[in-house]
Amino acid sequence: MRLSYSPEQRAFRAEVRAWMAAHVPAAPLPSFDASRAGFEAHRAWERTLSEGRWGMVTWPEAYGGRGLDLIRWLIFEEEYWAAGAPSRVNQNGIFLLGPTLMEHGSAAQKARFLPAMARGEEIWAQAWSEPQAGSDLAAVRARAVRDGEDYRLSGHKIWSSRAVFADWAFGLFRSDATSERHHGLSLVLFPLDLPGVTRRPIRQIDGETGFAEIVLEDVRVPAFNRLGAEGEGWRICMATAGFERGLMLRSPARFQAAARRLLALCARQGAGVAAATRDAVVEAAMDAEAYALAIYAAASRLQAGGRIGAEASLTKIFWSEMDIRLRRAALDLLGPLAELDEGEGADWLDGWLFALAGPVYAGTNEIQRNIVAERMLGLPKG
Amino acid sequence: MDFTLSEEARAMATAVADLLADHCPSKALRALLARGESFDAGRWARLVAMGLPGALLPEAVGGLGLAGTAFAPIAEACGAALLPEPLVETAWVTLPLLVEAGAGEFVARVLAGEATVAIVHPLAPLALAARQAAAIVLVEEDRILLAPAATARLTPRRSIDPFRDLALVAAGAGTATLAAGAAARAMAGRAAARGALAAAAQMLGLGRRALDLAVAFARTREQFGRPIGSYQAVKHHLASAAVAIELARPVVHAAAALAPGAGPATAARIAHAKLAAGRAAEGAARAAIQVHGAMGHSWEVDVHLILKRTLALATTWGTAADLRATAAAHLLAALPGPAALFPEESADG
Repeated sequence: MRLSYSPEQRAFRAEVRAWMAAHVPAAPLPSFDASRAGFEAHRAWERTLSEGRWGMVTWPEAYGGRGLDLIRWLIFEEEYWAAGAPSRVNQNGIFLLGPTLMEHGSAAQKARFLPAMARGEEIWAQAWSEPQAGSDLAAVRARAVRDGEDYRLSGHKIWSSRAVFADWAFGLFRSDATSERHHGLSLVLFPLDLPGVTRRPIRQIDGETGFAEIVLEDVRVPAFNRLGAEGEGWRICMATAGFERGLMLRSPARFQAAARRLLALCARQGAGVAAATRDAVVEAAMDAEAYALAIYAAASRLQAGGRIGAEASLTKIFWSEMDIRLRRAALDLLGPLAELDEGEGADWLDGWLFALAGPVYAGTNEIQRNIVAERMLGLPKG
Repeated sequence: MDFTLSEEARAMATAVADLLADHCPSKALRALLARGESFDAGRWARLVAMGLPGALLPEAVGGLGLAGTAFAPIAEACGAALLPEPLVETAWVTLPLLVEAGAGEFVARVLAGEATVAIVHPLAPLALAARQAAAIVLVEEDRILLAPAATARLTPRRSIDPFRDLALVAAGAGTATLAAGAAARAMAGRAAARGALAAAAQMLGLGRRALDLAVAFARTREQFGRPIGSYQAVKHHLASAAVAIELARPVVHAAAALAPGAGPATAARIAHAKLAAGRAAEGAARAAIQVHGAMGHSWEVDVHLILKRTLALATTWGTAADLRATAAAHLLAALPGPAALFPEESADG
């Protein structure tokens, strides 16, 4: 165990810090979920990142990355969030689909999709859920019918993040009409501007359209767009790159940066802060550190050849519930001005509303607790 | 940067856990209790034979020279075993303090198994296992004393934890002053930090033991024709306990890597470790009581022993309020920057 950064790691941090200082937009970009203009501003930022080869530092150089290890990814993220850099509009692509493509894609698929993803030329939406398949994802009904060299896609996807403005989506489709549950599913990538694709924006709790319904009516895509073998979609989606998803879905630096802003808000209010409020602030800041330490430990284990399985569920429960406490503590500090949807308060309100989705998306915390209980603790399936 | 336990540290912790599985099983604890005792001389001799009281002391004074990070999993194993003897306090708090204070001769007797030593500190004002001890270290406001047991007056006090033999200590004739003034205050501060680490690491083990007991029970106990562990309400209690324990462990390990007393960032991390481990252990103990149903409220099931030890460790060596104040003082003053997760004020220990 050596809990200090090497000279090379310090130099890397300095390099990231300098680049961010020179490139991060001075004013926050407009939300990518509220307007086409905001979305395109974030696409431009993705291009800027990729020109500096900062888009995805852990990716191989051949796909626009730097081939760096997970500790450097953590350092990168710390500097990225501390610099106040924009949220990643292509997170579905770079954090979820990218690692899956790298593990299961053919050489031709990697060459086709990864560089365009890294440059922000193609922004990805996810298309997992359906109206009757939420937590019970294996209940998906959308179909992919083989027709020569193509698939014909039809069905109804919903709660698809970024789908209002994104270019492409990936989702699970039933490629074997006679199959049930998690058998006979395939992972298929499809452009969102094809004939037969209808997108209906869904207005969220904050008034923005962060997700959409996608209706597919006989949409034709080449079989080339299937990732992995036919019928293997479930296994690929659930098992593949679980560790990247577990680590990368929410980087600790995101919460550490929020905790720093929370502490600053509390410090500015000085001695007038009630003890209970101060305690909530400090507890939230410590929780953000605890999550960061857990991820450093997990990254170290992975680099030593370990694997991460159900621990991803454990950390997801922790960060999603911590995030709510963190944002809520800020609202307590703001007191009777907390409801004001303007100025600094608006950011905390936005963060709080968004945090409330944390225990739901990427698998509800009820499902995550089942996974922890059954796969880590060995309790019997219900 | 490498946040993994070394092979040697893992092997050492496994060896201690194996020894405790053989020599500190529930049956042995119950037998000790039946005899009205809380100190097993034979078990202590085995721990001494492994060199464990001197685990954290430099090899030059006869210690094993282990780093705090290597001792944390050993302390966790002691907590999980509900070890009655004060090994963790002796190794992490009392002997390092005696070495700092220049009481080397006395340390040598403890390492040789000829004597034990107890400690009194403003944050742990009742001496643990003082009746066995040859001497008691008294950490006062601005001096540190070494009181021979032969002349000290011990007033026994009864703990809710039947294995914590507590006493108020009044020093008598022959008491030596080991340090005074600023030096004593600095040593007292380091002892407080080590005491918090010792409590935190043991509480991790207590939480894990509570969870293990509850999981084993939930897998076999049937109601409505199925094991109760197949019901989500039960699963979710235990999963929440697991989350708290697994997210506290890296904090404890990171805290154990720091040099106690190095500065405010170190103090804040150690405070955080004890808070997180205490909450995890108490949460796990309470979940275990709930999952055991009426059995959880019985004397027969070991869960109450875990709960009581946890309560004792959570409230000595710093209460939750003390610890939060320590963390707050640092976090609100320093507003830690993006590189501050691993404090540099403290040598890697």
